[in-house]
Amino acid sequence: MPQHNLMHRGSLVARAYTSPMKTTAVLVRLRLVLPWMLPLVVLFASGAVHADQLSVPDTLQQRIAACTTCHGLHGEGSPGSGFFPRLAGKPAGYLTLQLQNFQRGLRKYAPMQYTVRQLSPAYMREIAEYFAAQQVPYERTSVPELAPSVLQRGEQLVTTGDPALKVPPCQACHGKALTGTEPVVPGLVGLPYDYISSQLGSWRTGTRASAAPDCMAEIANRLAPADITAVSAWLASHDVPSNTHAQPAGSITPPLSCGVLDGRGNGA
Amino acid sequence: MKNFRVLWIPAVLIVMALALWWWLSHETRTTSASTQDPALAALLKDPAEIAKGHYLATAGDCVSCHTVQGGQPYAGGRILPTPFGNIPAPNITPDPDTGLGDWSFEDFWRALHIGVGRHGELLYPAFSYTAFTKVTREDALAIFAYLQSLPSVHQPSKPLGLSFPYNVRTGLTAWRALYFKPGVYAHDPAQSASWNRGAYLVQGLGHCNECHATRGTWGGTDSKAQLSGGQIPALDWYAPDLSTAANGGLQGWSKQDIVDLLKNGQSSKGSAFGPMAEVVASSTQYLHDDDLQAIAEYLQSLPPRPKPLPDSSGFNSASLVASGQEIYAQRCANCHGKDGRGVPDVYPPLDGNSSVMEPSGINATRAVLLGGFPAVTQGNLRPYSMPPFAQQLSDAEVAAVITYIRQAWSNHAGAVQERDVIKYRHTPID
Ligand code: HEC
Ligand code: HEC
Ligand code: HEC
Ligand code: HEC
Ligand code: HEC
Repeated sequence: MPQHNLMHRGSLVARAYTSPMKTTAVLVRLRLVLPWMLPLVVLFASGAVHADQLSVPDTLQQRIAACTTCHGLHGEGSPGSGFFPRLAGKPAGYLTLQLQNFQRGLRKYAPMQYTVRQLSPAYMREIAEYFAAQQVPYERTSVPELAPSVLQRGEQLVTTGDPALKVPPCQACHGKALTGTEPVVPGLVGLPYDYISSQLGSWRTGTRASAAPDCMAEIANRLAPADITAVSAWLASHDVPSNTHAQPAGSITPPLSCGVLDGRGNGA
Repeated sequence: MKNFRVLWIPAVLIVMALALWWWLSHETRTTSASTQDPALAALLKDPAEIAKGHYLATAGDCVSCHTVQGGQPYAGGRILPTPFGNIPAPNITPDPDTGLGDWSFEDFWRALHIGVGRHGELLYPAFSYTAFTKVTREDALAIFAYLQSLPSVHQPSKPLGLSFPYNVRTGLTAWRALYFKPGVYAHDPAQSASWNRGAYLVQGLGHCNECHATRGTWGGTDSKAQLSGGQIPALDWYAPDLSTAANGGLQGWSKQDIVDLLKNGQSSKGSAFGPMAEVVASSTQYLHDDDLQAIAEYLQSLPPRPKPLPDSSGFNSASLVASGQEIYAQRCANCHGKDGRGVPDVYPPLDGNSSVMEPSGINATRAVLLGGFPAVTQGNLRPYSMPPFAQQLSDAEVAAVITYIRQAWSNHAGAVQERDVIKYRHTPID
């Protein structure tokens, strides 16, 4: 199991707010090497040594222990599989939108839906901004062995699309460098194969949806199952560029109309 | 047993349906005249009346059932699951085709007070009219004025998700005879004005008893066991006994604890989660302080409860407790404290917590599996959360740690076994 060194994550120093919670600053000096799943819980037990009264850091990171248990302390996601997706560095607008979609039941995963159910719009936005601001290096993930022709097909879909299937190039919205477009189009680089293919699959089965017209549902349904394998494999094996920031807002003309882009687009 | 009970139902049903039909057809005649009343029409447009109605509709939490997640407020569409099937809440905005646009106040009064729809059809008690019947005519009028002032939304009602025989509305006649007594709240002159206000809100608009009481086979609540706690059918949450007296679910809760919970979603005794978080977030946090004080005063007057019977299952929980204690020290004590006392305003105590102690063990089991946030309120805008343990602990481990917290410190509730955890691991979250 991959190990995380938590020593360098400076944000463990609690901001000593003048809040009613009588927070004391907690500094974790120990070098903790922890298994991935339990970063917070164990860290807490060894760092914040408690006598009678526990002292709790008044930080957002501490408040969102529920989220970080699955997504990692910095939104790094579960290593390798992407079962718990990476959140770090994704556009804040995109992350907020996903939280809203889980809350509305448009996107379905029961534990996520339960966790976000109570959150207010302002709190969701604050949490999204926390994860958007995290900088975590991308890891290489495994991709199934496929014939070169399959990867070529994947590249074709990403860069030129397939007019016969009415599938526009992914780059048209996700950006030339595939790092996404502010505020709501996420990047497609550095995502694991399993995650990309399962998301495209869930648009087809209706377990993921977004504001109508749902352009990604349109695209996922126009792709053949073999195309989903091809495009996911090519994206997952594509090198992550050195600058992973999303393109500025307004820098694309979506070739399909997307509800989350205020319905702008060229139709088709 | 159950089959015998079903046999006599059709006969009773027919007789009662006839009686009700006769009664309703007479009721209807007396009502249509008053709809023309110009004084009433003016009152329905009065801003003060509308504001009063807004407050009362909030106390009744009408919005939470009558709004689908992320949808237009009061436009209906939310599906209420019951053991008999799914019942959609209708659109109650003033849209003439799909909402209450064409309704007179008398139509509305009959729905709220006697649970009968505009065309004389019997309404399902998933609509809490068994509680709303206590609401005064005056207050009902204000609520109606408020609903009629909402922007109208065109949204047709969803079809009933019930199958035979439950989809036959006249079948409710027998149910109503057993479990429904229409009647406005009767003021108790022996009690203070504030106590009466609390009783009115709890029994009426607050419809607390709809969740906080045990339901029988036919989904009715026992009138003798008001607010004494029960499992919410089809939701699999346990709404605890609300008595603060000896052996009560809220034993030891001060007035302030109750007010804090209803206003902020957390108190020094526990926090609101699951369905209660929703009640606090959409309803009770907005109640005025004097109304919250009144509710607390009334709850504090509920009688003591009988001592629970000693565990007769013969199940020896000693080894569960031992392994549970270890898990607790590793996974839980960092937030809830070794002594189970939590951290004020941050992490709820588990010692004496009603959701740890409630008889079924469901709440603690699901809280541990799901983790999550308590209610977000004006008084607690950025609550702390609990990690979900579903992926980290096996069913046996969850059973052990729950059994431990149910028997540690001053707690003394029965064991939770592995098979109980298996049952609730995959309960739908709605
Ligand atoms: C029980 C584990 C779990 C918890 C707790 C959890 N998540 Fe998730 N989250 C997931 C999984 C699994 C997915 C992917 C679901 C899917 O395939 O659509 C996900 C998806 C997401 C996404 C969409 C990611 C994307 O790139 O589209 C966001 C954003 C997110 N979670 C944020 C949060 C936040 C914020 C919290 C806390 C409020 C949280 N999650 C709590 C497991 C969890
Ligand atoms: C018309 C614009 C558009 C095009 C073209 C487009 N996308 Fe998207 N894509 C979006 C938007 C907008 C979102 C955010 C969707 C939402 O609201 O959840 C998105 C989201 C995604 C996601 C989810 C990422 C995550 O982190 O969960 C994947 C995967 C994806 N797109 C793949 C593709 C692929 C593969 C192609 C090309 C075959 C493509 N997209 C073409 C607009 C587009
Ligand atoms: C616990 C959920 C719940 C709450 C709380 C609730 N309702 Fe309803 N309501 C329902 C359901 C379900 C129905 C449909 C019953 C049926 O189809 O027989 C309904 C029906 C109605 C109707 C009849 C509408 C029609 O088209 O026949 C009215 C009027 C109404 N509710 C008003 C209210 C008001 C006013 C409040 C707040 C004081 C309220 N409801 C609170 C669930 C609820
Ligand atoms: C929709 C069902 C529902 C309704 C309606 C409801 N409750 Fe609850 N309530 C619950 C559940 C479930 C719990 C257990 C979970 C918890 O402790 O938050 C609970 C817990 C409580 C608690 C204890 C909280 C704790 O931390 O131990 C109090 C006090 C309470 N409710 C009061 C009320 C009052 C007063 C009303 C009416 C105004 C009410 N409830 C209406 C479902 C409900
Ligand atoms: C990171 C801190 C944290 C850890 C670790 C933690 N909890 Fe919690 N717990 C909370 C918070 C915050 C709540 C209130 C939120 C809620 O009820 O959903 C809570 C609520 C609960 C409740 C419901 C009581 C109530 O009034 O809300 C139970 C039962 C519970 N925890 C048991 C446990 C057990 C058992 C463990 C260990 C397996 C554990 N908790 C670990 C923070 C934590």
